Amino acid sequence: MDLSAINPLVLIASLMVSATPILLAAIGELVVEKSGVLNLGVEGMMIVGAICGFATAVETGSPLLGFIAAAAGSALLSLIFAVLTQFLLANQVATGLALTLFGLGFSAMLGQGYVGLKPPSTPTLHIPVLSDLPVVGTMLFSHDLMVYVSLALVAAVWATLKYTRVGLILRAVGENHDAAHALGYKVIRIRILAIMFGGACAGLGGAYLSLVRVPQWTEGMTAGAGWIALAIVVFGSWKPWRVLLGAYLFGGISVLQLNLQAAGLKVPVQYLSMSPYLITILVLVIMSANRSRAALSAPASLGRSFHASH
Amino acid sequence: MFILEKRPNPSRFWTGATPVLAVVLTMIAGGLLFAALGKNPFEAIRTIFLDPLIGDNAWYYRAQLLVKAAPLVLIAIGLSLGFRAGIWNIGAEGQYILGAIFGAGVGLWFYPSQHWYIFPLMIIAGGFGGWLWAMIPAILKTRFGTNEILVSLMLVYVAKNLLASMAVGLMRNPEGSGFPGSRDLSAYPSAANLEIFAGTGIHWGVVAAVIAVIASYILLQRHMLGFQIRLTGQAPRAARFAGVKPERLVVFCMGMSGILAGLAGMFEVAGPAGKISIDFASGYGFTAIIVAFLGRLHPIGILLAGLLMALTYVGGDIAQSNIGLPSAAIQAFQGMLLFFLLAVDLLSNYRIRFNLKEAH
Repeated sequence: MDLSAINPLVLIASLMVSATPILLAAIGELVVEKSGVLNLGVEGMMIVGAICGFATAVETGSPLLGFIAAAAGSALLSLIFAVLTQFLLANQVATGLALTLFGLGFSAMLGQGYVGLKPPSTPTLHIPVLSDLPVVGTMLFSHDLMVYVSLALVAAVWATLKYTRVGLILRAVGENHDAAHALGYKVIRIRILAIMFGGACAGLGGAYLSLVRVPQWTEGMTAGAGWIALAIVVFGSWKPWRVLLGAYLFGGISVLQLNLQAAGLKVPVQYLSMSPYLITILVLVIMSANRSRAALSAPASLGRSFHASH
Repeated sequence: MFILEKRPNPSRFWTGATPVLAVVLTMIAGGLLFAALGKNPFEAIRTIFLDPLIGDNAWYYRAQLLVKAAPLVLIAIGLSLGFRAGIWNIGAEGQYILGAIFGAGVGLWFYPSQHWYIFPLMIIAGGFGGWLWAMIPAILKTRFGTNEILVSLMLVYVAKNLLASMAVGLMRNPEGSGFPGSRDLSAYPSAANLEIFAGTGIHWGVVAAVIAVIASYILLQRHMLGFQIRLTGQAPRAARFAGVKPERLVVFCMGMSGILAGLAGMFEVAGPAGKISIDFASGYGFTAIIVAFLGRLHPIGILLAGLLMALTYVGGDIAQSNIGLPSAAIQAFQGMLLFFLLAVDLLSNYRIRFNLKEAH
């Protein structure tokens, strides 16, 4: 095995790229869960976003339009979830699963003509001065726009939840929907908006996979990324910066295992490919082992349907 | 403006009628979807739902129906036990793969000797493999309170990688000129899961599925444990006061669904699939979730739902070869079914009151 083939600079740079899809999906899901809704359909929304973004980018030649279409497409899909769980009071776990199963089939259907095509490449941003810095420039400041958008989203979600009235209302709805309702807040409306925000973020994450990270379209290409995003929200105890940390840790592990594969580590490829999933399980166990803390940080109304009886 | 009024008890009529209504609505929406793909919707729906039953070569397709329904029913019966108690094992696909690996492993171990006990041993090994894989999320849940949804799902991806490594490594056919995939178990008489009556499609997996339906019916209706499962799902607090131990219930429900999924995988690898290969996992473990809900988590309902879902598989294959309907469209169609089912479920738990003036 040749470990010298692994360049730490490139490793960190590709870590950011590999973490971005999960980070986008996770920060969206964080907002959804903060409003008290558990949407297990992240995987389905991501893959629909992946094909919407890919198809649009290929047809129009513009990756930017691709990302916009991905966000719109997945937000639309999440609207199905919103209607079912908020108006028709369907079980959130079952509906989320349905969204994933439907999304996987639907995306495969949409993507039939797009297998094997190459998307237009997403340009990397050249930031004056910063990009030209030695070491740090290639590591942190030579990425495409979406990497920075994902970081900005984390900051925006954090600031909104912590400092603004909107954030306070969102948290109130998620902690105690009956009290929020009694105060006159439109619980259902707020939750629907949160669900759609989560859908749009998952769509961006999916499109990042198909347009930048891979970049190609194959059926089922998200390969559990949406589920890992859900796990990272738990890992981050519903706090934006910890979600960022979780996503980057996870990105680091998956990049490292790919690098070890390339470096010719004497372990069958399949066992290395398992590692991200196993580590996710390990992290979940560590987080949940400390029961009191996990119980405190989860939104109190998470997963419960709201029905105003009068 | 309409308002919803919660029923004191779920409506008996709607509990039975909603799955039928959901199927009809899915047919309509599916027809629109197929029309959007440029296919004649009536022809597509007829091909999927009628041709396997009464079309040309229906005798062949009817046998296929049982072959496809058996794993779906087996897995869904197991899942329904947990779902009833609020235990969400959604990693049945992984348990199904492990059952196949363990079952095939025993079969390959004995190759090429011929003994009557090889197949029974494979059945035990298959069930054990599925059980083992399901015990991971079960123990983690009872010990550490880890979310079983995420853990069981992550294990699906681990299982898929394990399957791939088996197909290209440990279990690869030494006479297969280097191609991935194990020896053909269906051509090895002592290990093959053959049809019991030729041409009917009834193999041992079908028998096991029928036994599972009957056993779970008795368990849920006539046994204390079944009562505890139902009680925990409907009123967890009351169940605690009644002396139900939630940990034991988690281990039992996860274990049972693991065993049944493992058996399904074993019967599949020794019969219809024939061997361990990279693409062995065909998504039965996920489709079974739809089957369990469509059957309203009731054993008899699951039997019917399994047959219906098998019909969409078999009919989907026919539609693919005859009118060029993509197989992914069938997958989307199955997902839609679950959406409609969850949507119309409202009718069994709520009464809709129409009100001309604003409710409040």
